Amino acid sequence: MSEELHDVRLTVNGATHEIRVPARRLLSDALRHDLGLTGTHVGCEHGVCGACTILVDGAPMRSCLMFAVSAAGHELTTVEGLADPDGSLGPVQQAFLECHGLQCGFCTPGFLTTITAGLRDNPTPTHEEARDMIAGNLCRCTGYQNIVKAVERAAEIGAERA
Amino acid sequence: MTTKLMGQKVQRVEDQRFLRGQGRYVDDVAVERDLLHAAVLRSPHAHARIVDIDVADVLDVEGVHAVWTYEDLTGPMSEPLPLLIPHPDLTHGRTQYALAKDEVNYVGEAIAFVVADDRYVAEDAVDRIRVRYEPLPPVVGIDAARAADRLVHDDVPGNIGARMEQSVGDAPAAIKAAPHTLTLDLTVERSACTPLEGRGTVARWDPDLNRLQVWTSTQSSTGVRAVVAVKLGLDLGQVDVITPDVGGGFGVKINHPWPEELLVPLAARALGRTVKFTEDRREHFISSAHERGQVHHIEVGFDDDGRLLGLDVEFWHDHGAYTPYGLIVPIITSTQLLGPYKPQNYRVVFESLYTNTVMVTPYRGAGRPQGCYAMERTMDAIASYLGKDRTEVRSVNFIQPDEFPFDQGLIFQDGRELEYDSGDYPASLEKIKALVGWDEFPAFQAEMAAQGRHVGIGLACYVEGTGVGPYEGAHVHIETSGKVKVATGLTTQGQGHQTVFAQLVADELGCSFEDVEVVTGDTRRMPYAVGTFASRAAVMSGSAIHLAAKRAKEKVLKIAADALEAAPEDLEIVDGVVSVKGSPGSSIDLGTVSVLSNPLRYAFDEASKAATQFSVGDPGKPPVPEDEEPGLEGKDFYSPERATFASGMHAVIVETDPETAEIRILKYAVVHDCGHLINPMIVEGQIHGGVAQGVGGALYERMAYDESGQLLNASFMDFLMPYVTEVPDGIDIDHLETPSPLNPLGIKGAGEAGVIPSAAVFAAAIEDAERVGRPEFTVTAMPISPSELFALRQEHS
Repeated sequence: MSEELHDVRLTVNGATHEIRVPARRLLSDALRHDLGLTGTHVGCEHGVCGACTILVDGAPMRSCLMFAVSAAGHELTTVEGLADPDGSLGPVQQAFLECHGLQCGFCTPGFLTTITAGLRDNPTPTHEEARDMIAGNLCRCTGYQNIVKAVERAAEIGAERA
Repeated sequence: MTTKLMGQKVQRVEDQRFLRGQGRYVDDVAVERDLLHAAVLRSPHAHARIVDIDVADVLDVEGVHAVWTYEDLTGPMSEPLPLLIPHPDLTHGRTQYALAKDEVNYVGEAIAFVVADDRYVAEDAVDRIRVRYEPLPPVVGIDAARAADRLVHDDVPGNIGARMEQSVGDAPAAIKAAPHTLTLDLTVERSACTPLEGRGTVARWDPDLNRLQVWTSTQSSTGVRAVVAVKLGLDLGQVDVITPDVGGGFGVKINHPWPEELLVPLAARALGRTVKFTEDRREHFISSAHERGQVHHIEVGFDDDGRLLGLDVEFWHDHGAYTPYGLIVPIITSTQLLGPYKPQNYRVVFESLYTNTVMVTPYRGAGRPQGCYAMERTMDAIASYLGKDRTEVRSVNFIQPDEFPFDQGLIFQDGRELEYDSGDYPASLEKIKALVGWDEFPAFQAEMAAQGRHVGIGLACYVEGTGVGPYEGAHVHIETSGKVKVATGLTTQGQGHQTVFAQLVADELGCSFEDVEVVTGDTRRMPYAVGTFASRAAVMSGSAIHLAAKRAKEKVLKIAADALEAAPEDLEIVDGVVSVKGSPGSSIDLGTVSVLSNPLRYAFDEASKAATQFSVGDPGKPPVPEDEEPGLEGKDFYSPERATFASGMHAVIVETDPETAEIRILKYAVVHDCGHLINPMIVEGQIHGGVAQGVGGALYERMAYDESGQLLNASFMDFLMPYVTEVPDGIDIDHLETPSPLNPLGIKGAGEAGVIPSAAVFAAAIEDAERVGRPEFTVTAMPISPSELFALRQEHS
């Protein structure tokens, strides 16, 4: 009983990777275990916690709810791809650092990708919109207080850097 | 003079790696290497005899390497898992086997362990194991456990694992003689820690070195190391346990060993391959630990002022199917229930009961939330009965600042006297009243009522014994580069230890903060340690690190004094440079002092040339002075007589919807006293997180077991962990700093405080809001959902 394998070309953070995986291989597992991009974390494997959120063609998606084979031909961005080209922290990352927006750091990559996309769509969120932006991700450490502040601070940093 | 970092909002050093996706959690270890993955067959029954296990089909699955059941375990591995904290009153303690033997006692109990090329294949194989069960009637819930028509363990009569009683004075007599008495029955349901990262373990057997390396997501690496060595028949020196980055703990990872923490190393050694187990979310719900489920009966006697004359508490603690963590949770409830008050006469009795559900080990707060809820509901009931302001009743019962140290006359969870070291409860009360607007609230409530809105206010006080022993240690090593490497043995789950401990070292040693690197939870670096629990890391390891840095500094000054031909007391260290006070030209940097501390025969670079035998020291003396050691190091341990008692008060204003009974938080305020703050930013973060967990526990989270012992909500879809939409929009925090006299830094623990008063404070506020223009009722069961609140209204209308 041998599982059928598929050749898949994944484009992640601008780099192309060729992997051979079964059809059932989750994208989150492929990123983490086949590509070694362990920054994307898996917190529930049923699409609720948001820790595994990555950007697929710029849109936030739960990588635990996608198969690796279905990600072929799309541009994927993970937390490893959020730093500025010169290696310094991107605006959302910098805001999390300044606002103490993380504790254990496990849910953080999913928040960073979600907020990156959120601020791209709405660079000047109101306080309510900042809260809404993260309302689909779970964090057990921070009580979200400083994550909301980080969204607002990231918007400021984005404006300063623009 | 370098600015002191103690008390500063220093940004966290660990964030750089976490924000870049470069953290190293246990599931990130050994990725892309020649790695095998484990999956576990778990019981689908809450209570059943195992008649037969057939694994014949499993090894036919391509990619499967091995399968273990109980029959394959030998020696110490075939014995029950350890009962970590024995207690004389735990007369019927029971622990499970690494793999079930003959019987299963909760849905989720491990039965077989499969190792395969990847997790998918391992799960395929698990599906092929055929087990014949003979289902037995399950015991679910405290009522069923007390009724004892059915038993969880045949040899545990009445399902009672332990019965424990403590008392001071004569509470029953005092209550009988009291002018007023009240009786309350209060329940709290189960919840769980649910860190975003579940449990996980990786092990690698190194045949060349004859050693085992284990990475595990634990709160006690030394604990795991000791038990792995014993169970696998290895010498302690053959086992290294490394705790990598941990994605949250909140208590559940202090229990050890989990079956997989033994089975993964066992498999790694047997197969000669690196093996990994990563728990999935459903497994976390059904095979890690829960907490909180208790039923309380309270009788209280008091005078006209609301002063407690006697308090008699009986409660029943649901500890699930096994008792690996002993009686810690109910002992904490029974003692910490007293909070900031002095009831004069107190008696507490509890029974710790078996049920066919997931076992119970501490969850942040560890029995305190239930105790605080019991005591604070009692205070509210007294105030309501006497028609007094709730803060007045509390005030008359406070231990006063001049009464410290205050001995409550009980024995605490660490086996030591329950003696509070310091605190100022009247000052905290003033602060919380001001912060939440207590005195102005009645006007606001009336104003809202005029608009048809129901708002209510609640307040709750707690005391938390933090920093329990036995000890922690630290090692500080100043390298020849001037960098300072610090190790302490307890582990980190997001508390920012690398930052706060580096602050302490930089302050004591006078080196730059950036040059300090802290390692936690690695038994290779610090083999003597206890673990991270009971809000103890800052107190215990913080103190040990401070003391170790002090020792290193003494050595620095001694060597530098020789080199600079000055007296040690005339030296100061600023930004990593030792100089003679008032003559900055005469100086030596820490790296050079480190070079001088280690006389060398062989030079390997420019710096080391200065340390060779022809360059250094007095030829008339031994190169390493008597009673000295080479190297610039300091090591010390901190072992306090007893816990230090932090305290605080929370207040909340809620609005309840008159139609739907939805509960909305309008304001949340916290006054917190953890002694001197090392890093206020981190302390406030801990409070934020605790409050959010408290909101979950008070309004949303419960373990929905059906009567057959199936956990119906074992997913994040159904277990309602708060999102941002459920937590207060802003938490107002004020600090009081009453230093502890028990440790050199005057600090107290801060990790658990945020969650302790939540059930109490929400019950009070909801009850207060419901009073507005309606028949009064008492909230006695938490958590409370809108439908339950609605039902209460119907019942009392």
